[in-house]
Amino acid sequence: MWAWFHKWSSPRWFYQLSGTLLPWLAVISLAALIVGVAWGLMFVPPDYKQGNSFRIIYIHVPAAAVAMAGYLLMATAGAISLIWRIKLADMVLKCAAPIGAALTFLALVTGAIWGKPTWGTWWVWDARITSVLVLFFLYIGIIALYEAFDNKEAAGRASAILALVGAVNIPIIYWSVEWWYSLHQPASISFTGESSIHPQMLRPLLLTITGFYCFFGWVLLLKVRNEILHRERSTRWVRDLILSR
Amino acid sequence: MSDPRIIWNVLLRRELLVSLRRRSEIANPLFFFLIVCALFPLGLGPSPALLAGMAPGILWIVALLAVLMASDGLFRSDYDDGTLEQVLLSPVPLYVTSLVKVLAHWLLSGLPLTLLSPLLAMMLQMPPQGIPALLASLALGTLVLSFIAAIGAALTVGLKRGGVLLSLLVLPLFVPALIFGSAAVQRAVLGMDSSAPLALLGAMAIMFVLVAPLAIAGALRVSHDQ
Amino acid sequence: MPPLLDIQGLSYARDHRDLARDLSFQLEAGDILRVEGPNGSGKTTLLRILAGLYTNYEGELRYRGESLRGRGRLAMRSESHFLGHQSALKLSLTPLENLNWLAALNGQSVGLDAVENALAKVGLKGYEDVPCRQLSAGQQRRVTLARLFLVSAGLWLLDEPFTALDRQAVAELEGWIGEFAASGGAVVLTTHHALGQLQGLRSLTLGGS
Repeated sequence: MWAWFHKWSSPRWFYQLSGTLLPWLAVISLAALIVGVAWGLMFVPPDYKQGNSFRIIYIHVPAAAVAMAGYLLMATAGAISLIWRIKLADMVLKCAAPIGAALTFLALVTGAIWGKPTWGTWWVWDARITSVLVLFFLYIGIIALYEAFDNKEAAGRASAILALVGAVNIPIIYWSVEWWYSLHQPASISFTGESSIHPQMLRPLLLTITGFYCFFGWVLLLKVRNEILHRERSTRWVRDLILSR
Repeated sequence: MSDPRIIWNVLLRRELLVSLRRRSEIANPLFFFLIVCALFPLGLGPSPALLAGMAPGILWIVALLAVLMASDGLFRSDYDDGTLEQVLLSPVPLYVTSLVKVLAHWLLSGLPLTLLSPLLAMMLQMPPQGIPALLASLALGTLVLSFIAAIGAALTVGLKRGGVLLSLLVLPLFVPALIFGSAAVQRAVLGMDSSAPLALLGAMAIMFVLVAPLAIAGALRVSHDQ
Repeated sequence: MPPLLDIQGLSYARDHRDLARDLSFQLEAGDILRVEGPNGSGKTTLLRILAGLYTNYEGELRYRGESLRGRGRLAMRSESHFLGHQSALKLSLTPLENLNWLAALNGQSVGLDAVENALAKVGLKGYEDVPCRQLSAGQQRRVTLARLFLVSAGLWLLDEPFTALDRQAVAELEGWIGEFAASGGAVVLTTHHALGQLQGLRSLTLGGS
């Protein structure tokens, strides 16, 4: 088990393994996204209260979910990097941060677009949106810290510590923002009660969520493979690889 | 190893001595607190009703920024003069030295800030029934903020450019303390019970005092190991 | 009995530049190892690796037979002194206060006498209560050296210890190093200064290839 773990975490093995995984992720994510979005936009009946504007959830909800999961993945990679000093985990952390930040940004933008017809304004200090905004800030912090170091070894470990600190704080932040929102608007109407979502609306949503997860994995693998080639550029196997092309 | 209590005393005494010999570093965050609070009436207008409503939030946000500013150089001089090197090489656990360092820092930054706050509350027309909650929330809150900011300071100590980067790392993590702290004061001003947010702040203070030194210690090692 | 320091196959790099490949040496009690080499050859990095300040290396390092990636590190921390480029002094504090703190960092609270003796040994009697800011660079360096005599240790790691010292102080420090080695201590030092005849002196040249 341990030997397997080490073998798998070596950049070279990961490069080869991820190469076989890439096309599958690409196909699944594209298929799920196309089918899910088309289904959600064209075949699901409009919401009785929000009309057609609710359809943005097919982008908004998966983006927010994957952005959150991306942070947890980053913190996990950070923990692995700190405990076992595995270079690959450093690379995963570094590569996941901009993708996660982009998805968080997408969730914020789609949330704003959704807010315009729903609340009549682009921005509302709603508990969820505020939490996603703070998540965006946390991503920015990780990217800024990583970029500030000249020494990439130290950059990886420093970002790993920050990601772990952030992961410990995220539940507190989410909970405090919920509490803050309930304090200032005790009788607000909740729009995003997923529990009450109609099954007809839910099925395409599950598809796009799957699509977003696979898309995240796909882009992450592409970036990590790129990073591997860059960092291992002086090794023999990378040279052989390039020469064989 | 001799008596840990003596070691603790020597370490704490040294941190306080170093700061006390450079008084301006203690006074500067306090003046920052004072000046920025004085800017708000200039920007918002002097209407007492408006200021009174905003005072809890203003005081809390400015105190938070003052803690951030005061923490920027927390480890920098130790890093520059080589004392941090000796701390890292010491058989005394880095957890303990970090804890002592931040506690001493709080005693000379967060605590004076807290004690100064009633004066500024009066200037911002905050109703006096909010003062006890203000004192309690800032005392606990600045402790939490100091420990969070110290993590950021430890992560950035080896970098030429700290300042703005530190605020990017640390400000998002300040959110819960700000929410509970300002809410405690607001509720007290409105004559409501503010024990719930204060209790939450207290719980956070205990958690951060115990856990943050681990992250600080790790960050200091990383900052030095390059 | 295992040697005090056992270095096997040490390799390290900085910024993708190899500084040492497969370096091996041993250090016994009584040895003085002088690390030589041109600027940028990795002398300071080697000392920082030995001290445990730089961990990005490959190879097996042992202190009294225990790995320096594990238990050996803790043992070495409490039994060695590291003098870096920087003074490790707070200029606003007096030598007495500085040394008191440094001793506490070594896990020991020493009495006033011990600090005064250490300061007298480095020729700073009477300066106990003068803020270090008011001392000259050479005197500050002497305060740093006083650390060596404050808490006893078996291993000294000295990075350019002769910097900023006048001729007399250089001779004194050479004498102290010799005495320390003669009494069973081990020393690793980097210096450009030509050392006199010392018992047990060996050299290690870096960047020679």
